[in-house]
Amino acid sequence: MLTFVARRFLYLVPVLIAVSLLTFLIASLLPGDLAYVILGDQAEPDKVAALRHDLGLDLPIWWRYLSWLGHILQGDFGRSFRTGQTVLQAVVERLPVSFELMIFAELAGLIIGIPLAIACAVKSGSAFDRFMTGGAFGMLSLPSFLSAILLIYLFAVQLHWLPATGYVPFSEDPIGNLRCFVLPALTLALGEWPVLMRVLRSDMIATLQEDYIQMAKAKGLKPWRILLVHALKPSSLTLVTVTGINIGRLIGGALIVETIFALPGIGRLLVSSIYSRDLIILQGVVLFVAAGFVIMNFVVDMLYAVLDPRIRHGRA
Amino acid sequence: MAALDIGIESPIEAPVRRRRRLGTLFWFAVVWIGIAIAAAVLAGVLPIQSPTDMDMLGRRALPGAEHWLGTDGLGRDELARLVYGARISLIVGCCAPIVGVVFGGGLGMLAGYFRGRFELFAVGSMDVLLAFPPLVLALAVTAYIGQSVFNLTCVLGVLGIPAFMRVSRAATLTLTEREFVVAARALGASHARILLRELLPNVFLPLLAFFLLGVAITILVEGSLSFLGLGVPPPASSWGSMIGEGRESLEIAPRLSFIPAAAMFLTVLSFNLVGDTLRALTDPRQGAL
Repeated sequence: MLTFVARRFLYLVPVLIAVSLLTFLIASLLPGDLAYVILGDQAEPDKVAALRHDLGLDLPIWWRYLSWLGHILQGDFGRSFRTGQTVLQAVVERLPVSFELMIFAELAGLIIGIPLAIACAVKSGSAFDRFMTGGAFGMLSLPSFLSAILLIYLFAVQLHWLPATGYVPFSEDPIGNLRCFVLPALTLALGEWPVLMRVLRSDMIATLQEDYIQMAKAKGLKPWRILLVHALKPSSLTLVTVTGINIGRLIGGALIVETIFALPGIGRLLVSSIYSRDLIILQGVVLFVAAGFVIMNFVVDMLYAVLDPRIRHGRA
Repeated sequence: MAALDIGIESPIEAPVRRRRRLGTLFWFAVVWIGIAIAAAVLAGVLPIQSPTDMDMLGRRALPGAEHWLGTDGLGRDELARLVYGARISLIVGCCAPIVGVVFGGGLGMLAGYFRGRFELFAVGSMDVLLAFPPLVLALAVTAYIGQSVFNLTCVLGVLGIPAFMRVSRAATLTLTEREFVVAARALGASHARILLRELLPNVFLPLLAFFLLGVAITILVEGSLSFLGLGVPPPASSWGSMIGEGRESLEIAPRLSFIPAAAMFLTVLSFNLVGDTLRALTDPRQGAL
């Protein structure tokens, strides 16, 4: 197990370095000079040159990368030249919102997906199964911004049950806070459950054909006990992976959903930094999101190895 | 293309009833894709109004004889915008995966055929690209290089390369071990000949299936970017930007969002359906669908 962790960890380091390099290169090599962004397009050349010198933009690129990386390793991701806030502050401030959204979305996705998957696996090949698999396939073609609009139209515009957009901090109004997360979380869950259902359904169908399930049936155990106790755990390996990858993705915030519902999370921070051309924040947040994604995938790999002994022994 | 579809369709008819049901849907999807492509190509010659002429007195007009699908928030003809939007969505949606197929497919074949250090490097660098959530990377890069149809296509195309590389590498890896490749090598065929004449025709079908799924995903991503106002610059219309603009009048005229939304959903669903049918045919492991 320890060698497995060590091997995966050794792979993680070069990937993280490459991710930081790519983030840096996107920001440095592509057209769009930071000095011109700060001073405006009509800035005088000598002022631009002075600012470039202050920012260190006239130094060789490898030197700038190393010094940037050095600052990051000390926890200094840079500071917005518009608001004066550091990237770290901005991210830490918004992380709880993205986190709350992610938890609700995953929970809702699992609550919808798992029972449907079990029902489909039991009646595999039936009309219900075909209908649900077809429905799940159709839902995969529905992007989050479309389901968001449909949900807003139904629950906010027509029924007036929930707020269309907006955010209330939990400390001010717990109920109001939960209410503003219902529609965004449901929007994300609508995109999650088809994937979760398809994965669990096909694994479960395979598990239900195992001998020990026959054995359990022969012993006269109740069907729900066989399904939930004997079949669910061995079938849920891929489900755990997919859920983990989704969580990794959502740590970076759900760009679209946070923007539509005006939730002040990481995704919204990223989009607004693009609107205001706040390139330092953009660079820092992209690095943060990508690194979080890579690390989360690493954690999922570890989890997978814990659940399935074959993987940590180097097979499969 | 048509001949290819017919050739693939015939085995579907035979074995099980369930597969046959998929067949009718499959043809609906093909027809819808045909309509969308025809509308996009013929947008200039179709008897529709200008997509950019504004009529401030006739804003959000209901569908009628003059404007078949009504007008949007600036009094522009909704049908014309829909048709021209199809053009943008399909240009980006089809061209970006071509970039992915050509570079990713080529790279994957080379990596799967030559193995060794080159494969390690190719797979490693693709892993780095995959480390970025695609939408985040697309947004970040377009923020720097600016919004235009060409830039958008390039960025989304590059983002598709890793996935295509994985598909073509996996297919090449299994094919390289097969007898006909060994035979060609024994006959003294050059690497180029083996890659182009022996491997390419066999890798082509899985890549084509994946290409169609790639089109579906690209249309969605382009729609998301345009919805945020970070895709195709106005006044050009894309389905995503139309949905985004319509969202502002969701209370009074929900159809301004719903019409392009329906067009987009149907198109994406069709590409998914056709792609998935082809994938199921090329994938020996049946039954997952």
